[in-house]
Amino acid sequence: MDVSSIKLIMFGLTVAIGGSMPAIAIGVLAGKALEAIGRNPEAASEIRTNMILGIAFAEAIAIYSLVVGLIIKFV
Amino acid sequence: MLHISLAAERIGSILGMPITNSLLATWVTMAVLIIFSWAATRNLQMIPSGIQVIAEVLIGGLYDFFKSVTGEKHINKFFPLVASFFLFIITANWLGLLPGFGTIGFFHGEEFVPLLRAATADLNMTIGLALVAVIAIQYFGFKVVGFHYSSRFINFSNPIMFLLGILELVSELSKVISFAFRLFGNIFAGEVLLAVMAFLMPFLVPLPFLTLELFVGFIQALVFSMLTAVFLNVAVSHGEEHA
Repeated sequence: MDVSSIKLIMFGLTVAIGGSMPAIAIGVLAGKALEAIGRNPEAASEIRTNMILGIAFAEAIAIYSLVVGLIIKFV
Repeated sequence: MLHISLAAERIGSILGMPITNSLLATWVTMAVLIIFSWAATRNLQMIPSGIQVIAEVLIGGLYDFFKSVTGEKHINKFFPLVASFFLFIITANWLGLLPGFGTIGFFHGEEFVPLLRAATADLNMTIGLALVAVIAIQYFGFKVVGFHYSSRFINFSNPIMFLLGILELVSELSKVISFAFRLFGNIFAGEVLLAVMAFLMPFLVPLPFLTLELFVGFIQALVFSMLTAVFLNVAVSHGEEHA
């Protein structure tokens, strides 16, 4: 098991594991936002703005794991 | 062979200071924004025509959007900073998608060095933007709330508030990291994705990915400026919690 094959495997594993929890989080967020819009269609644009904010926070974690993976592979 | 480099490559130096390809792209972005502003405000009319219409729609739309985030009271203080973040980041992100960015360059011995690279795909750039945002948040906090703003971080009234203050300090530092890596990660990963897709299948297949990158560039600019506006709001309402 030489270093470059371990790097390859770990790159894939990092992004796969690190991207799964944010994916669940974003799905739950969007689901709750859709529910809220369904209950109160008038507030749709406010809900949409706050949903985008929340999704950006959740997605940032996935991006961290991607950057760590890229560092593992290319540095 | 595919060329992917985490760090921006040096293409020259001025008086000993290195010039990277993303620095060149930053200058191009600045030139685009400055030329657009000059052309739009050259002959200001009460009834706009030409480029002034586009500028008015842009600035008016941004103003209304950020007014809904920060409220009526402070929008005039925050708007220049937040709108500048939005315009700079969206221009930098979208310019990085043009043909030529990452493909036109020269060979330095064995490796390929592109002449231009998306400005925000350089961690130095995004850390700089993040530092400006967080330092501006502290500056506006002190300016609007006064000296009482320091009680957000250093609070000796009781042990819980003291620990909370330390937590707030750590949270501000983590905001710098989070701003920087969110923007860098999204744009750099987009560049890598486009390079790999074009490498695998240059005809038709890169099109949906280019659309995705257009969308991502817009969303990341929006998120950066909107988060700055939200944190500014939190900072200047520090004293008013117990209404």
